[in-house]
Amino acid sequence: MYQGKCWKVGHDVDTDVIIAARYLNDASDENMRQHCLEDAIDHFCDVVSLGDILIAGKNFGCGSSREHAPIAIKACGISCVVAESFARIFYRNAINIGLPIITSPDAAKAITAGDVVEIDVKNGIIHNLTTNQTYQGETFPPFIEEIIASGNLLNYVKKKVER
Amino acid sequence: MGMTITEKILAAHANLTEVEAGQLITAKVDIVLSNDITGPVAIREMTKTGMEKVFDKNKIALIPDHFSPTKDIKSAEQCKILRDFAKKHDITHYYEVGKMGVEHCLLPEQGIVGPGDLIIGADSHTCTYGALGAFSTGMGSTDIAAAMISGETWLRVPETIKINIVGKPANEWIGGKDVVLYLIGKIGVDGALYQSLEFVGEGLKYLSMDSRMTICNMAIEAGAKNGIIAVDDITRDYIANRFKRPVVEYHSDDDAHYAQEITIDLSTLKSQVAFPHLPSNTHDIDQIGEVAIDQVVIGSCTNGRLEDMRIAAKILNGRQAAPYLRLIIIPGTPEIYQTCIKEGLMDIFLAAGAAVSTPTCGPCLGGYMGILAKGERALATTNRNFVGRMGDPESEVYLTSPAIAAASAIKGRICAPEEVM
Repeated sequence: MYQGKCWKVGHDVDTDVIIAARYLNDASDENMRQHCLEDAIDHFCDVVSLGDILIAGKNFGCGSSREHAPIAIKACGISCVVAESFARIFYRNAINIGLPIITSPDAAKAITAGDVVEIDVKNGIIHNLTTNQTYQGETFPPFIEEIIASGNLLNYVKKKVER
Repeated sequence: MGMTITEKILAAHANLTEVEAGQLITAKVDIVLSNDITGPVAIREMTKTGMEKVFDKNKIALIPDHFSPTKDIKSAEQCKILRDFAKKHDITHYYEVGKMGVEHCLLPEQGIVGPGDLIIGADSHTCTYGALGAFSTGMGSTDIAAAMISGETWLRVPETIKINIVGKPANEWIGGKDVVLYLIGKIGVDGALYQSLEFVGEGLKYLSMDSRMTICNMAIEAGAKNGIIAVDDITRDYIANRFKRPVVEYHSDDDAHYAQEITIDLSTLKSQVAFPHLPSNTHDIDQIGEVAIDQVVIGSCTNGRLEDMRIAAKILNGRQAAPYLRLIIIPGTPEIYQTCIKEGLMDIFLAAGAAVSTPTCGPCLGGYMGILAKGERALATTNRNFVGRMGDPESEVYLTSPAIAAASAIKGRICAPEEVM
């Protein structure tokens, strides 16, 4: 269960905007954190608080395969991303590194910046505490839930290899 | 029910007789690719988990092409991580600077990837190899780490959109870049999200292997999982002296299911230009208006192949880049570079006032070798025109074909080759 204040971005937010290639010569979490979404929201890393939630439009995370994008979002304290839809590679990357995400067009459209929202990722339930509205998002197939439960993909692979 | 090429390749690699769209499968991979940006993250994750052993040193390709030859100390550290890992595990397909090319130009050229393969790469443009009749798709570093360890990956079988290419191009400048930009303009940057784009039709005979690679390369810009074209004589000619493993050809069944069908007529297709800040923001060349440019880049995994160099040279021959315009040409591999020298293209480029670089992704992703200042505008044969992609967040990138790029370099504004020839 995650609870936090919402930030909102539009459609087709690409991975260059999430973390520009000019910062990819240093893959440390701290470097990712400092520059996350800086071309979209001024000084995002300074104004975001631990546990905040990011609300996005369609095709969030389109573009490059850089895993640095979900790493950056996680590193700056975002607890969960809700979007109308996610770009394919970003979707995989988020699950693989353990950044909670949830697809819900209704919630992503309705929630406004500053709302306080509570999210139950496992059951796909998004509750806007500010407006007292509840939305049903997509849940994951059991196989992906297993990866999520392992914390990240490599822990899951390790368990599988050791079995 | 019949299957598409994509379904057949996925079924074969999952050891199943058939699969259908939506199914989750675990598939064996033929080649796992990574570069100097995504590779070090994959290696870090492998080390963290204590699983450093690779499944097969002959099935991994590590290509330091993004910030290489290294642009600064930090990128040198990233490349060193990749190099040390390649040395330690005796990785067969590691290419050092000098032999290194832009990965999606290099792997097909060197015969590392071929028809029927299942390839995954920690680079979104890994979908390029669909042009060879392979299933190939981009993933992130952790997926690639998992595959380097296990030789497997999980996939959701995608639905397929059939793109029927008909007609004959109206002029010699129309090619793969125009086809794919037009398609992205039509369906949007998420128009094929989670889906496969399969290109078929009699018009394909007018599209060379280089052009087909450009088309499949940009499938990701429509959100697609992969782009794919069945093997034909053009493919067979291309792989003849390159690909050494047994060739497996897959063709879609007549009763295969398609989610959607779209027709593109080459005879009416015009040269395309994508305006900032999305590849879907396309315009026909005759609808551009006056767009002055500061820089032209001809290269990248999208258009850094020999055909692209030849087209650029044909237009630049005996002509000069406009005053104050920077013309940067980047042949995709050492072999392409050398052929440019042998064929005299390099003389044409240098006489035109171009800076010709050793192979690198460089400016395409705003790495180096042509970064834009605030307010500057580039016309590039690359694949993305997102905010800040080639430099300052207030700079602009327009995307186009090598023909339009070369002609525009001469004029200093976006224009058709007919204006300069």
